Amino acid sequence: MNSTHDLGGMHGFGPIDRGQEAHFPTQWEQKVFGLTLACGMLGQWNLDESRFAREQMDPGDYLNSSYYEHWLHGLEKLLVDKGVVTATELESGQAEETSALNAVTADRVPDILGRGAPTRMDCDSAPGFAVGDEVRVKNFNPQSHTRAPRYIRGRKGIIAAYYGAHIFPDQHSVSGRKIPAHLYSMRFEFDELWGGSGVCEQGSDAGEGDKLAVYVDVFEPYIEQ
Amino acid sequence: MTQEKLPHHSHGLSEIEQRVKNLENLLVEKGLVNPQAMDELVDTYEHRVGPQNGARVVARAWVDPEYRQRLLSSATDAIMEMGYKGRQGEHMQAVENTDEVHNMVVCTLCSCYPWPVLGLPPTWYKASSYRARAVSEPRAVLAEFGVELDPQKEVRVWDSTSEIRYLVLPQRPENTENLSEEQLADLVNRDSMIGVALADSPEINQKERK
Repeated sequence: MNSTHDLGGMHGFGPIDRGQEAHFPTQWEQKVFGLTLACGMLGQWNLDESRFAREQMDPGDYLNSSYYEHWLHGLEKLLVDKGVVTATELESGQAEETSALNAVTADRVPDILGRGAPTRMDCDSAPGFAVGDEVRVKNFNPQSHTRAPRYIRGRKGIIAAYYGAHIFPDQHSVSGRKIPAHLYSMRFEFDELWGGSGVCEQGSDAGEGDKLAVYVDVFEPYIEQ
Repeated sequence: MTQEKLPHHSHGLSEIEQRVKNLENLLVEKGLVNPQAMDELVDTYEHRVGPQNGARVVARAWVDPEYRQRLLSSATDAIMEMGYKGRQGEHMQAVENTDEVHNMVVCTLCSCYPWPVLGLPPTWYKASSYRARAVSEPRAVLAEFGVELDPQKEVRVWDSTSEIRYLVLPQRPENTENLSEEQLADLVNRDSMIGVALADSPEINQKERK
């Protein structure tokens, strides 16, 4: 979806603020982190659904809120959408129904984290593109979740590497179905993405003959010849 | 959710603190979240998993050419050899800085970051400014971090848009021939493995320690 989470190339955010080094400046942020991971381990949704839930935050609120507020929004939405808690329970903070789901216990945490959630899959079809191919990212604008940022859509690049087939997030985020899609690293020349010199006024970028490239992981369904 | 709607508003808590507290109480009461599991999760990433892991990987690649090869060709396995694996590092790719190329990593869409080797991302990595600018004005961003590269050096920005997680293998600093692997690991700062800094030189490192 085309919303404010898709930040690549946007202007106006000013210098990078490196002042905050603590992972959890306040306790509520630490709680949101712990709650999000613990609830994820209930197995009621996947990481792509989680990303999609955060992206659906009101675009103005997204930009105006801190990182763990995005997480909190996503967690509350998923808990209700998936029927894990009711909207009334969320509102009141009081349990009204018992749940058939069981919390993950502390002793299982190291193993679950250690296993992670690998996305590599077998795929019946051969990859459609080879390293070195010049290809273009489709111009498409899905209202659902996609991992093709706007700044590469319609742009030409070179297949720089092939990463095997992985779970296709655009499908996984909507239906939960694990469909394999071939995944590539695509190299985009800077001029192709941002035009010639003078685009990036703040810095010294994109000057004549400057060597700059952006590599983006691109799923095969995003690509056309 | 607005403040008026919130029940049980305890004195002294901000709206968001109250909202999180209510959610935690609800989830614990329903048996969906185990408080000890939450503590374990937080403790893992706040205290145990962090850039010291990645620094050991980098230092080993500096001293062991065969390991460096394995890291560059199959990073997930090479990193697992050192005991680091799992969530947000299931599929790793190492990108090597050289005299010709400098690499830096961003996630423009969210905050993808290689947790097993670097821990949780710093706040700036997750914030709008870095995510917006790293792909469109990388040299200006590097300059803000104090990195001035030879203008002839190619800058490659890696946008983490899939489940592949990138680790930058920084260049080994000069005058480090006599250092042990452990001493070398001390020179590998977190930001150098994201690609917005260089590894520390031994002189600077000594000064900072004093």
